[in-house]
Amino acid sequence: MVKLAENANDAKEIAKVILGMDIKGHTVNKVMIAQAAPIASEYYLAILLDRANRNFLVMASVAGGMEIEEVAHKTPEKLAKVGINPNTGIDKVKALEIVKSGQFPSDIADQVADVLIKLWNAFVKEDATLMEINPLVKTADGKIIALDGKVTLDENAGFRHPNHEELVDHAATNPLEKLAKEKDLNYVKLEGQVGIIGNGAGLVMSTLDVVAYAGEKYGVKPANFLDIGGGASADVMANGLSIILGDSDVKSVFVNVFGGITSCDAVATGIVQALEILGDKATKPIVVRLDGNNVEAGRKILNDANHPLVQQLETMDGAAAKAAELAGK
Amino acid sequence: MSIFVNENTKVIVQGMTGSEGTKHTKRMLKAGTKIVAGVTPGKGGQSVDMDGKQLPIFNTVSEAISATGANASVVFVPPKFAKAAVIDAVDAEIALVVVITEGIPVHDVAAFYAYAVSKGKTQILGPNCPGIITPGKSNLGIIPADITGPGAIGLVSKSGTLTYQMMFELRDFGFTTAVGIGGDPIIGTTHIDCLRAFQDDPETKAIVMIGEIGGDAEERAALFIKEYVTKPVVGYVAGFTAPEGKTMGHAGAIVSGSSGTAAAKKEALEAVGVAVGKTPSETANLMRKILNG
Repeated sequence: MVKLAENANDAKEIAKVILGMDIKGHTVNKVMIAQAAPIASEYYLAILLDRANRNFLVMASVAGGMEIEEVAHKTPEKLAKVGINPNTGIDKVKALEIVKSGQFPSDIADQVADVLIKLWNAFVKEDATLMEINPLVKTADGKIIALDGKVTLDENAGFRHPNHEELVDHAATNPLEKLAKEKDLNYVKLEGQVGIIGNGAGLVMSTLDVVAYAGEKYGVKPANFLDIGGGASADVMANGLSIILGDSDVKSVFVNVFGGITSCDAVATGIVQALEILGDKATKPIVVRLDGNNVEAGRKILNDANHPLVQQLETMDGAAAKAAELAGK
Repeated sequence: MSIFVNENTKVIVQGMTGSEGTKHTKRMLKAGTKIVAGVTPGKGGQSVDMDGKQLPIFNTVSEAISATGANASVVFVPPKFAKAAVIDAVDAEIALVVVITEGIPVHDVAAFYAYAVSKGKTQILGPNCPGIITPGKSNLGIIPADITGPGAIGLVSKSGTLTYQMMFELRDFGFTTAVGIGGDPIIGTTHIDCLRAFQDDPETKAIVMIGEIGGDAEERAALFIKEYVTKPVVGYVAGFTAPEGKTMGHAGAIVSGSSGTAAAKKEALEAVGVAVGKTPSETANLMRKILNG
């Protein structure tokens, strides 16, 4: 959202309109005010992680100001793509090479190269996976200014950047997701009725799929993604189950665990403990499928507990069908 | 036969003296892995007891190799120190480094991967992966060794637990080697590397390939299968119902725009003759049919 203001008062009035706006589900809480510039040309610059080539990539174009996807699609010759070795980065020589392949006019080559070097330094210093300037403009008097930008930061590098935490917009986070984060759980809220708990990102994603297929018959879908991770303890299980049972959309719960490092008896103990803690608040049926490490002990713990809400099934597909059926009732 | 590791693989564990390193060193030894030493900077000269087996600790990988002839390393070092550990292993020109550590900054991974490529001596598996097992012979990482035994299937997967699930589904057949390549945005060993090795391994009769949403690794693997792989391949892709723009656990598992969807990956694999299952058990049944003729 970019608006042009003629004076300070004008800027204030426009800011009032922008603040509080809803843009794709995000509420606007901040406005950046920059000096307006008479734009002569608009360019595009970005550094990003390149998964396919397992390095970093600079994209540069003199066709800035519009959707870069469109440039890449319609006029690929106007978008220079240059791979960057993480260990050598962007120095003046590399920067000028990029400027040349991006077909930037020679009178601004040095200035754009300097922007590239600064952008690279910031990209490395902040552990970014994307830094994009769009548009980078040349003003009527020949100055180069970065007018707007986008940055994506690597969460794994959080330990090097305690200040990054302040940038997270917690207001935009779903309350259940916020609670899960406080408990250090990997949880994503979805629009459905079958609560899902599993171990390992791949298995949980797979569980969502299997429940979605089974749910077609009953008009139900998975309510969330929740990965309790490898080596999950009884406490982690109890925390996860509490969050899912606290979701008013959830009509049934499917616990799908393959014990690799995670031991099935710990998972079973966690379920029993969570139900003890929750007491009367637990009112939704829980379908459990355990396999792998210490599965016999795990199944026995649940059988012995004989909780009225809990039932066990042997296969992932069978348990998904049962959980979907229960949620559809 | 097998791929990447076998009964002659001599293994060091970087981070052996940490709690995870100790726990998994014991498990790997129990699975028959020839572990010869540990590496923890600053603790060189000590020796540790791993369920009755005494193992020497060295300060650097190159010292460990000189003393033991090790040719593979498993890294359990915390994220902060993982880059230094992998670079130490690459400098020592070890053949294989399996990086189990989860949560390494992607800039660090990009740096050590590029460094390994420039040196040209070291294959990296991972990071954030469960490792590799050649059942009954060698187990480098955290894959449970008792799910199944040796057999004729080769398995490559981004996901750890889906690796275990698929080994369990096909436990009556067994595996030559199962490789968990990890779900991070940058990984050292890819689906394609494993497909090539399985194709070249005379004991592997058929291959299971497990992918998940995000990136285009599965699409590229499909092109490679068309060019190079003549053995039967069955596939599974997790994340059909994952919504756009939400990261599903693995840092790499995110659908952005129309790229990286499970449907696109399934289509690409089916176009080159790979049978793709809708669920892990359906995928296992496809493999079952192939092996039973």
